[in-house]
Amino acid sequence: MKNKLFEKYFVFSPYFWLVLFFFIPLAIIFKISISVSEWGMPPYQDIFLFDNGFKINTTFENYVYIFSDYYYIGSFVNSLILALISTFFCLLIGFPLAFYIATSNIRLRNILLVLVVIPFWSSFLLRVYAWKIILQNNGILNVILLNLGIISEPLQLLYNQYAVIMGIVYTYLPLMILPLYGYLNKFDLNLIEASKDLGLNRIKTFFKVILPLSVPGIVAGSLLVFIPVVGEFIIPEMLGGSDRLYYGKILWEEFFVNRNWPGASALAFSGIIILVLPIVIFQILYSRWSQKNEI
Amino acid sequence: MKSSLIKSTVIFLGLFFLYFPILVLIFYSFNENKRVMVWKGFSLRWYNELFNNEQIIEAFIISIKIAALSATFATILGVMIGYSLVRIRKIPFKSFYIFLSSTPLVLPELILGLSMLLFFISLNNVIGFPSSRGQLTIFISHVTFCIAFVAIIIQARLTDFNKNIEEAAMDLGYNYTKVLYKITLPIILPSIIAGWLLAFTISLDDLVVASFTTGPGANTLPIVVFSKVRLGLSPEVNALSAILMFALIIIGLFYFYFNKKFKH
Repeated sequence: MKNKLFEKYFVFSPYFWLVLFFFIPLAIIFKISISVSEWGMPPYQDIFLFDNGFKINTTFENYVYIFSDYYYIGSFVNSLILALISTFFCLLIGFPLAFYIATSNIRLRNILLVLVVIPFWSSFLLRVYAWKIILQNNGILNVILLNLGIISEPLQLLYNQYAVIMGIVYTYLPLMILPLYGYLNKFDLNLIEASKDLGLNRIKTFFKVILPLSVPGIVAGSLLVFIPVVGEFIIPEMLGGSDRLYYGKILWEEFFVNRNWPGASALAFSGIIILVLPIVIFQILYSRWSQKNEI
Repeated sequence: MKSSLIKSTVIFLGLFFLYFPILVLIFYSFNENKRVMVWKGFSLRWYNELFNNEQIIEAFIISIKIAALSATFATILGVMIGYSLVRIRKIPFKSFYIFLSSTPLVLPELILGLSMLLFFISLNNVIGFPSSRGQLTIFISHVTFCIAFVAIIIQARLTDFNKNIEEAAMDLGYNYTKVLYKITLPIILPSIIAGWLLAFTISLDDLVVASFTTGPGANTLPIVVFSKVRLGLSPEVNALSAILMFALIIIGLFYFYFNKKFKH
C-alpha cells in the first residue's frame, strides 16, 4: 500500500506542475486565438458570455486574417526556407565532423567530442554577438579580405539573410553533431572495410553503406536544428536586416507592437499545429514502433 | 595516409570554426578603445568598468538566483519524471505524460514565452495572482522548460542501470522507499548533478522566455545584455562575454565529468 502512495507522489507531482504551467498555458493560447479582438485591456472579448443567457462567443477570424495576408504567410515561408538552408549547412559541416570523430581512437574521440560541445555551453546570446564583431564593416573578416587584395572596399556582411544563416549554422552546429555522433559511434567500422573488399569505391561505400545506416542520426539532428530555427528570434534580430521578415519577429511584433493578442495567439497556435505536433506524434509513434521491433 | 590527412583537416577546420568567434570576442575584450573595432592597445579598462556597472552586477545576481532556484526545482521534478517513465508501470494517460514532459524540448521558446505570459495575465484576472510579473514568474517558466532536459538525462541513466541491484536490496529486506534513497538515488547522483548543471545553464542563458515573463525589478543578465548589443557593440559586454564564457565552459566540463562518470 505504501509503495502505491509513493509512486503516486512521484508520478503526480511533475504531472500537476506540467498540466498547470505547460498544458493550461497552451490551452489559453488556443482560447485567445479564437476570441473576438477588441480595443481595451485585455484586448479581446470573453469566449463565454453570460449577460443575456449563456452564449459562446468564438471566431476563426484571427486565423482567416493571418492565413489570407501575405505578410504573415510570407514570413512563415521565409522561416521555413531559412530553417531548411541552415539545417542543410549544419548537416554538410556536421556530418564529416561527426564521422571523423566517431572513427577516431577512443581517447581522442572523447576529447574531440567534449571540444565540439563545449562552445554550446557558453552563452548563446554572446556567441551570436561574436559574429556581429566578426562581420562588421571594419571587422576581422573584411580586414583579412582587404589585406589579401580580394576586395578593394569593405563588404556589407552584416544585417542581411546570409549573416543570419551564418549565425544559425554556427550556434546550432553542436545540436546536429551530437545525435549524428551518437549513431555513427554505434556503427561497425568493419562494414566499411567489407564494402571495400567487395569492390565498392569510396563514393559508393558512402552512399550505399554509411549514409543509409546514419539516417536515424540525420533525422534526429535535423529535427533538433530545424524546429527551433523556424521560431528563432534572437539571431535575425541581431544579425539580420530588413531584407527578410521571419515568423519569430512577426509574432513578437504582433504581440508587443500591434498589441493584437488574438492575432499573436493564432500565429503561435498555428506554429504548434504545423511544426511541433507532427514531430511529437512522429516521436511517440517511432518510440512505440522501435520498442515493438526491438531496435 | 591521404585519408588521415583529410580527416585531420576536417577536424581542425571544424574546431577552428567553433572556437574562432569565441577567441575574437575574448581578444577584443582587452581593447583599450571605446570604439570596439579599432584596436588601441591592451588594457583591462573594460573589466574594471564592468565591475563598477551596477546595472550589470544587479542583473547578474538576479540571474544567478533565478537559475539556481529553477534548476533545483526542475531537477527534483525531472528526476521524478525520469524515474516514473522507466520504473513505474502504471501511469495514467501515459502518452499525455510523455507529451507534457518532452514537448518543451522542441517547442520554440517564443511560443512558450507567449503562452506563459498570457497564462499569468489570465490567472491574475481570475484569482488576482500574480499581480505583477517579475522574478517569480520567470522562475516558474524556467522550471517548466528545464524539467524536460533533466528528465531526459535521468531517463537515459535509469535505462542503462542494472535493475538487479535494486531487486537484490529488496530481497534483503529494504522497502521501496529505502531502496530509492539508499540505492537508486546515490547511484544516479552524478546524472542528477549533470541535470542540475544543464538546467542552471539553460536558465542563466535564456532571453526569450524571460523577456515575455519579466516585470519590474527582474531584468536578468541576458535581457540587459541584449538591450545593450541589439543595435551595436559594447566594450563592457565584450569583457562580460570573456568572463561568462570562461565560467560556463568550466560548468560544461563539470557536466561532462558527472554525466560520463558512471560509464567508467
